[in-house]
Amino acid sequence: MSIDLKTIKHISKLSRISVDEKKAEKLAGDLNSIFDFIEKLNELKTDNIEPLTSVAETTLKLRSDEVKSKNIREQIVKNSPQENEDYFVVPKVIE
Amino acid sequence: MSDITKQSLTELVENIKSKKLSSTDITKAFIERSEKSKDLNAYITEDFTSALDKAKKFDQKPNLNLKLPGIPMAVKDLFCTKDVKTTAGSKILNNFVPTYESTVTDNIWKEGGILLGKLNCDEFAMGSSNETSFFGNVQNPIDKDLVPGGSSGGSASAVAGQLTPITIGTDTGGSIRQPASFTGTVGLKPTYGSCSRYGIVAFASSLDQAGPMAQNVKDCALLQEVISSYDSKDSTSVDFERNQYSKELTNDIKGKKIGIPKEYRVDGMPKEIEDLWQKGIQYVKDCGAETIDISLPNTSYALPTYYIVAPAEASSNLARYDGVKYGFRAKGENLIDMYEKTRSEGFGAEVQRRIMIGTYVLSSGYYDAYYLKAQKVRKLIKNDFDEAYKKVDAILTPSTPSAAFKIGEKTNDPVSMYLNDIFTVPVNLAGLPGISIPAGHDSKGYPLGLQIIGKAFDEQNILNIAYAMEEKINFKNKITDWWIK
Repeated sequence: MSIDLKTIKHISKLSRISVDEKKAEKLAGDLNSIFDFIEKLNELKTDNIEPLTSVAETTLKLRSDEVKSKNIREQIVKNSPQENEDYFVVPKVIE
Repeated sequence: MSDITKQSLTELVENIKSKKLSSTDITKAFIERSEKSKDLNAYITEDFTSALDKAKKFDQKPNLNLKLPGIPMAVKDLFCTKDVKTTAGSKILNNFVPTYESTVTDNIWKEGGILLGKLNCDEFAMGSSNETSFFGNVQNPIDKDLVPGGSSGGSASAVAGQLTPITIGTDTGGSIRQPASFTGTVGLKPTYGSCSRYGIVAFASSLDQAGPMAQNVKDCALLQEVISSYDSKDSTSVDFERNQYSKELTNDIKGKKIGIPKEYRVDGMPKEIEDLWQKGIQYVKDCGAETIDISLPNTSYALPTYYIVAPAEASSNLARYDGVKYGFRAKGENLIDMYEKTRSEGFGAEVQRRIMIGTYVLSSGYYDAYYLKAQKVRKLIKNDFDEAYKKVDAILTPSTPSAAFKIGEKTNDPVSMYLNDIFTVPVNLAGLPGISIPAGHDSKGYPLGLQIIGKAFDEQNILNIAYAMEEKINFKNKITDWWIK
């Protein structure tokens, strides 16, 4: 299979990573060599195999539904890239 | 005592307990050596002033019942440390100061450990040579311009170079064991669920595990005892009865059955690695264990499986870095433009590559062909181990297909870089514990490691085998301090 520049542009949009022409070409080359390597899996027949989603063979533990972290607003916004005491600030989204 | 930094963790703890050394003596010694070792580029963030304060405070009222009484140590910069910058080796987290502590580091401080600083690593732990770090590559103390391995490259370099007595790393596909092998140190990847993932910057959540790195097996066992705990803050943490790994450590492995998997004899593997493996087989036999030839038939499918599963999980985990709540933000004309520029400028090339692979294999129309297929093959790989463990107690393999390579040697060929992890990746896919111990040198004098893989939650057994082998191997790391002027 071959991943073309159009596909790279599509994945970059889904990934929310901007990609210019030069970078797209480099990525296409890299991804093609990686997928050539991954294609090896097609040698295996796996029709009746259950997919493994987790190696931890335990059932999730239940806990009581109670608030443990209170009044941590300051901690939560502390690392915010644009300073504002109470909110996260983003570029305007509504015209 | 001028040779404090040459002492093992076990010796340092004894010397503190018998009051021959204070925490301040030890902390000062490691700080001094770290300051002389800037050329290794092992640290991203130093926390020396605060470390000395903590050491002095410890000495005023020493609690000698702790497991790491006043012992200073630096940790991989993937563990969130409260009020100390945590970058994951990435520009996107260059200004991130956590307001909380990871469970694993918290366990260390509760047992008397003192933070020296944060150690360099591949960006988001994605790499096998520490060359993807935003903060530059790390030098291997073994030789100039040699990679220390990755992703826990700064950790391995710092332990081998005696900048820290012990450290912790994380291992998603070999990131503890491969750098341990490249630097002549010991590294343990515990069973998935043994150490809490809470507060560790996530890469691939079904594979990530924290683990100890040390100069010898006993130190490694002691640190594992400290960091392994059940934690309700990690939903995949497993509540099992943990051993007192260092106290229960024994070199008596008589009658143990050790599997030798024929599929690990890969094409093009250097003769030095094969010879080392044979030597290892002889050592375990000398210790009274029995070796049995086994087959893990799906081994060659492990790496392709890993390079679907890990990027898929990474693309999902790294979606949180959007420039909104924390971390680096680029200027954009609108919200979407801000996201795209933030991620394009904030992530390095390897991380972007993996996010793209992950996004692609999870995207509509490709999910079944790639992601689901990989999960099925992952099941086959785990079945191989389950089958093998009906006959054997542990498995012995080389840790890596070669010794450490030069900086820049493999950066342009992602696939050849990925092949480094060929012997370590199957262990993560199956969620098993594995330990790498130094076992010899190649013709250039670079260290080579052997890996012992155990059954799930059977860390004690592989530590014992490693301990017995270590005694027979009597490995001496050749550290010349070439980087100290």
